[in-house]
Amino acid sequence: MNLQMMGLLADGIKETLYMTLVSTLIAYVIGIPLGVVCFITDKNGICPSRVVHLGIGILINFVRSVPFLILLVAIIPLTRLIVGTTIGSTATIVPLVAAAAPYVARMVESSLKEVGTGVIEAAESMGSSRLQIIYKVLLPEAKPSLLVGGLISMATILGYSAMAGFVGGGGLGAIAINYGYYRYQTDIMFVTVVFLVLIVQFFQEAGIWLVNRIDKRGA
Amino acid sequence: MIRLEHITKEFSSKNKKVTAVDDVSIHIQKGEIYGIIGFSGAGKSTLVRCINLLEMPTSGRVYFGDQELTSAGEQELRLARQKMGMIFQQFNLLEQRNVLKNICYPLELAGISKKDRIKRAKELIRLVDMEEKEKAYPSQLSGGQKQRVAIARALATNPEVLLCDEATSALDPITTRAILALLKRINEMFGVTVVIISHEMRVVEQVCGRVAVMSRGAVEEAGEVKEVFLNPKSETARRLILPDKDEAGSDAGRHSIRIAFDGQSSFEPVFASLVLESGIKLNILGANTENIGGRAFGQMLIEMPKEQEKQETVKKMLRDRGIHFEEGRDGR
Ligand SMILES: Nc1ncnc2c1ncn2[C@@H]1O[C@H](COP(=O)(O)OP(=O)(O)OP(=O)(O)O)[C@@H](O)[C@H]1O
Ligand SMILES: [Mg+2]
Repeated sequence: MNLQMMGLLADGIKETLYMTLVSTLIAYVIGIPLGVVCFITDKNGICPSRVVHLGIGILINFVRSVPFLILLVAIIPLTRLIVGTTIGSTATIVPLVAAAAPYVARMVESSLKEVGTGVIEAAESMGSSRLQIIYKVLLPEAKPSLLVGGLISMATILGYSAMAGFVGGGGLGAIAINYGYYRYQTDIMFVTVVFLVLIVQFFQEAGIWLVNRIDKRGA
Repeated sequence: MIRLEHITKEFSSKNKKVTAVDDVSIHIQKGEIYGIIGFSGAGKSTLVRCINLLEMPTSGRVYFGDQELTSAGEQELRLARQKMGMIFQQFNLLEQRNVLKNICYPLELAGISKKDRIKRAKELIRLVDMEEKEKAYPSQLSGGQKQRVAIARALATNPEVLLCDEATSALDPITTRAILALLKRINEMFGVTVVIISHEMRVVEQVCGRVAVMSRGAVEEAGEVKEVFLNPKSETARRLILPDKDEAGSDAGRHSIRIAFDGQSSFEPVFASLVLESGIKLNILGANTENIGGRAFGQMLIEMPKEQEKQETVKKMLRDRGIHFEEGRDGR
């Protein structure tokens, strides 16, 4: 493997990290409020609303059931509108976020469900407002679980980002496809896959270390 | 202090309607410790949750002082809740906050500065004897310790009322007594009105002044604890007080006394020596005692002999031993 190749791989890693991290971040910016609203509007929630709950639920399920590659193609006009182009790693962030945000919303909702109803009730009995319950009780109490969800989401987004390589996305996925698939350079494909695995593994380990540090619930 | 007027709460699921609380009216006085006792499913929790409107009654009114809570706005209700602490069977502490921060929570809601919050929280930690565990997280505490923290948290904003829903039901008998003693101390020190929900007679007996006996959503009888326990009028009260008592026990016209064991000694030796030394045959109508560390707590209902003279002998012997007893009124 020559220097040029190594430079290519380094860029690929950078692009993959960029796409994954930025997409995860934006997906959470959208997914957390969505998940919270979905959770509190449940019929036993602190702000029940059948219409909102059902509406968000349908939206989430709809987007989640569309296969990623189809979504990728289907929202090309939107991508062009937002980024100005449809190829490259920045352009890939749009479909990644679109696919990941509903997924994240569900993850957030299920993390919040782990917070005991008793704790929420205690907070109500102390005179907390709904907003205070959300940001002082629900989110802090669910933090470790939210973090675990974040790790899982990130691994999923990383996988999607590699898939996006097929339709002009950047990163390690594009390298694997361009060299390994189109040019039969299996060694390069092999190396990119190894890097993808290493990245996932790294985040997983780092994340679990962090979760164990911040979770006060004990064993 | 707290006035419940004709509170009814119905839960309706698909095709069934459950009346959890059925036309209950209670007036709880300022500074008293009021017990609400009943078997599981009687509607005690629902009733107490109606006091701070965690549960909105289907009909009826709730007054907190002069304020009608059932018609209060959201903001008013929140402020009223800050004046009513509540503790639970499952403690419900914030798992991701340590002891100090848990106690700070209601102070944060009240908008108190960080410095004052910590000062106040430390006072409360001292009050509930948890100084060593200030930095500990709930998962590192025992049940009794968790309840102490929950009590401290509930008291942080100087509430006028403390609602306790089965606060000791997850605790062992010794810890239960310690927690109840703490509640009593708080009541005496700060004049906090305490409402205690329990299905255990001994809990109510230890600390409450007045009690309401609930069954199937309704209050079957209410009054002074002493009165209710000595002369239970309702079937529920009788079963709660003396679970193993047979039907004959409710016969009128017999003279009975109730002996309260308050940790003096085990009850068997007391009773045995009573019978042996007096030579009088005594009939136990029912007992509800338990031995904690070799000491007896609880009570025993004893049928007295018919003869006035023998009755006096027995009473004198009890007095000599420093054992507290009360005479049933129906015998006079
Ligand atoms: N949210 C609810 N939805 C439907 N039914 C309910 C609800 N909460 C309570 N109930 C019903 O109301 C009745 C009274 O329940 P409640 O919890 O008040 O009893 P309790 O006296 O506190 O019993 P326990 O000693 O077991 O705590 C029960 O029949 C229960 O099934
Ligand atoms: Mg209950």
